[in-house]
Amino acid sequence: MTRPRPRTHESESETRNPTGGGATAMRLIVPLQGVVQGRGGLILGSLIPCALFYFFQLYLKRHRSPKPGSNPTSPSQSSSNLSDLQRSSSRSNLSSRGSIGPVQVSSRASSIAKPNDSPYYIGLDRVSEDPYDRLDNPNGIIQLGLSENRLCFDLIEKWLSENTKDSVMGRDGGDLSISGIAPYQPSDGLMEFKVAMAGFMSQVMGRAVSFDPSQMVLTAGATPALEILCFCLADPGNAFLVPAPYYPGFDRDMRWRTGVELIPVHCRSTDNFIISITALDQAFNQTRKRGIKVRGILISNPSNPVGNLLPRETLHNLLDFAREKNIHIVSDEIFAGSMYGSEEFVSMAEILDMEDIDKNRIHIVYGLSKDLALPGFRVGVIYSFNESVLIAAKKLTRFSSISAPTQRLLISMVSDMRFIQEYIETNKKRIREMHDLFVEGLKQLGIKCAQSCAGLYCWADMSGLISSYSEKGELELWDKLLNIAKINVTPGSACHCIEPGWFRCCFTTLSQEDVVIVIERIRKVAETCKISS
Amino acid sequence: MQMLSKKAACDSHGQDSSYFLGWQEYEKNPYHEVQNPNGIIQMGLAENQLSFDLAESWLADNPDVLGLKRDGKSVFKELALFQDYHGMPTFKNELVEFMAKLRGYKVEFDPKKLVLVAGSTSANESLMFCLAESGEAFLLPTPYYPGFDRDLKWRTGVEIVPIHCSSSNDFKITGCALEDAYEQAKKLNLNVKGVLVTNPSNPLGTTMDRDELNLLIDFAITKKIHIVSDEIYSGTVFDSTSFVSIIEAVTDRNIHDTHELWKRIHMVYSLSKDLGLPGFRVGMIYSNDETVVAAATKMSSFGLVSSQTQFLLTNMLSDKKFTNKYIEENRKRLKSRKEMLVSGLSGAGIECLNSNACLFCWVDMRHLLSSDTFEAEKELSKRILFEVGLNISPGSSCHCSEPGWFRMCFANMSQETLKVAITRIKDFVESITSSRENCNHELTVLDSRRRSVSKWVLPLSPYDNNEPADR
Repeated sequence: MTRPRPRTHESESETRNPTGGGATAMRLIVPLQGVVQGRGGLILGSLIPCALFYFFQLYLKRHRSPKPGSNPTSPSQSSSNLSDLQRSSSRSNLSSRGSIGPVQVSSRASSIAKPNDSPYYIGLDRVSEDPYDRLDNPNGIIQLGLSENRLCFDLIEKWLSENTKDSVMGRDGGDLSISGIAPYQPSDGLMEFKVAMAGFMSQVMGRAVSFDPSQMVLTAGATPALEILCFCLADPGNAFLVPAPYYPGFDRDMRWRTGVELIPVHCRSTDNFIISITALDQAFNQTRKRGIKVRGILISNPSNPVGNLLPRETLHNLLDFAREKNIHIVSDEIFAGSMYGSEEFVSMAEILDMEDIDKNRIHIVYGLSKDLALPGFRVGVIYSFNESVLIAAKKLTRFSSISAPTQRLLISMVSDMRFIQEYIETNKKRIREMHDLFVEGLKQLGIKCAQSCAGLYCWADMSGLISSYSEKGELELWDKLLNIAKINVTPGSACHCIEPGWFRCCFTTLSQEDVVIVIERIRKVAETCKISS
Repeated sequence: MQMLSKKAACDSHGQDSSYFLGWQEYEKNPYHEVQNPNGIIQMGLAENQLSFDLAESWLADNPDVLGLKRDGKSVFKELALFQDYHGMPTFKNELVEFMAKLRGYKVEFDPKKLVLVAGSTSANESLMFCLAESGEAFLLPTPYYPGFDRDLKWRTGVEIVPIHCSSSNDFKITGCALEDAYEQAKKLNLNVKGVLVTNPSNPLGTTMDRDELNLLIDFAITKKIHIVSDEIYSGTVFDSTSFVSIIEAVTDRNIHDTHELWKRIHMVYSLSKDLGLPGFRVGMIYSNDETVVAAATKMSSFGLVSSQTQFLLTNMLSDKKFTNKYIEENRKRLKSRKEMLVSGLSGAGIECLNSNACLFCWVDMRHLLSSDTFEAEKELSKRILFEVGLNISPGSSCHCSEPGWFRMCFANMSQETLKVAITRIKDFVESITSSRENCNHELTVLDSRRRSVSKWVLPLSPYDNNEPADR
């Protein structure tokens, strides 16, 4: 193993070696000394450190605790849903320990295929198994976890009955023309549809800003819009800062296939959950220290799940911050048309109109799933001021183009300005009525909500009902609400909220009678919580 | 701005290849019978426009469907809210029935193994995400659809290693070629996860025969890899009995303990070619592996099929009289159109690979090349684009290993336009041949001069070494 050493070296080392216990240690150290002093012992001198290093790594590996995976909630002991959480988190531990046999599918597939372990998804699954219906299933679970707007379908149905045939098939002299909708279309959407959407977005945002159709890329929903932007703006291993609490779907849209990380920037109830630049700066620096490059900030404005608006000043500050750090801002404005309060919505586009600055870092995401209540039709928008991003995004839309007949149908609907105006105003009124009814009902139970003026939900503070002021306590309450009160609400932990006890309750899927029933059911659970506390 | 991701900043989309040059020129100068009769005829787009009238008349007879009504009652609300990534069960049932019909009911499909996505482009990409890690590889027989270089590789990071096929056996896959490709991948340090075939083939227009399929299956068993069969053209087979789906081939093998193999068989399909509805964006993945189905289902969130479209097509496909008539009529029209192109080209001395499916022909123009090189192919391609006014796809863009082959589409134009295209080609070939004859005449003259010249001009000539140079 060792080279024969010259006698002089040996005798030197021998004389240096103390007798007794330190002999082994010296034998290790001496070859290294030999290397350092240039007197040889190269092989042993290099082998031994390598061996040490190897054993050290092995020791660390054996003693490292398995990563919890993407599950943000801690497993808890009590009921069936919670044990679902526990089971799936252990499943993820199993796969992280290394493959048992030949791996057939990709690791991406294995992790995505796992059962949903966030309460956000578990709740949605439970409702689909046992959905409430006033007549057929009055004891079913009432859905308050899906931000869907069912309040204005009558208006759209009426429009459709008066307008469809012409709209889908074209008005070519009365002849039906499938050759208009059947062939390949530009993957980023028909120009006519872009023009219509630009007009719609402007109308919905109170005409404070106009949108240029040539800066638009259309995709099959805001979900692929976000993913595409992520692929364009970040490389795998990079990160986006996201003010928390945030929409649970971001964890999927921005991370699954892109390899990008989301870093939550916690907002406080004392600020009404508006992002503070100090917190943003801290998060940025901490992320950088971990050796991760931050590519941008992802904001949702109006915010989901809180339902508040980012004030002008905050938007300006965010812009300054982005400029200083040379990062992007992605502004998800999908709820811009679902305003019910008296405050005014300010789009990022409007801020840019006013400031004469480098617009290349700002990108807006929009869609028709919330404002026009058409999630099934799959219409999403990427609006960017950055030519290169638009070119790259356009190429990527081939994987998620909007169906042509759907575009045709909606061009007419969305361009009908008189109809859209009527729709926006009626929608606003009905959301406000439902909001006021629901929030008042919660108030009667002593549950306060965060100040909000947009969105299809309210952000309720149920911390008074939880047994322990912790995520565990919050999940216990969520479980009670799901299994005893039989209502599905989204707990704050699923939205990465740092303060326990907050719940998002969507009320636009309910009728006024349903609201009364929901409040009653919450009351019963609230009373048991108060008794036990 | 250096602030873009590497993927966005690099131009691996290959927009500058000759495949795309033709498209760009077509956009600038598109042919129109009346308004631009000297424009470029698009023969590079594999779209089926031959049977629109059938779909149109069905829609005219079923106005409720466009009005989003079922039995007179509006289903708009239901459709507007439907965003379940499992897809509409009624639609999936109709699809599996339709897919089975296209295969002569020789196979049966389970709707639970079907995942709906927005187009087969999305389906192929999602399958790659599901089956391979970034940096792993799939083997593809050449020539293959140019879009795969983008769809399979771009965001997934997966590599493609070609399986070289040659005209000597009509471009069929051989055991040797498979092994060579596998070895090549190993040399490049790439872990092979599977083989992806298009059956019927794009750009060849042929269906895979049993021998080929069995070779493929044996290979997949030995190497323990996946088989992805993109059967997007399965409804364009002129004679349905000649098409064997991968599912049928594996079933017929009666392999003992096929369970592990079955989980590695995946199929991709779409309504873009068979029903001529690419604008609708309807594609699907069919897989026997539950993990793949589960993952692909969730991934479909990034490209769901519009509920309005699902509703429309459920109704269309459930009308069995219509689908039977459509399939038969469509096949007939495609066959006769293909025969028209083949005989037209034959009249110009150009042969095509014997094909029994698809919307295009694989045309042999090797004899028109100035030399047996891809440079010459590019040159010919440009001449055909600019002088003849036809946009056709050169074989090099499909990674064909032999220069001189081109893909010409015939189903995306009217019969008159096709006639014009054939006439143009005939004229072009005549002009080449006659100029070659002139050239040849000149060459013979030149040759004799050269012969005398070569005695002293080419001292290294093997024949004239000892002859003294003389002017």
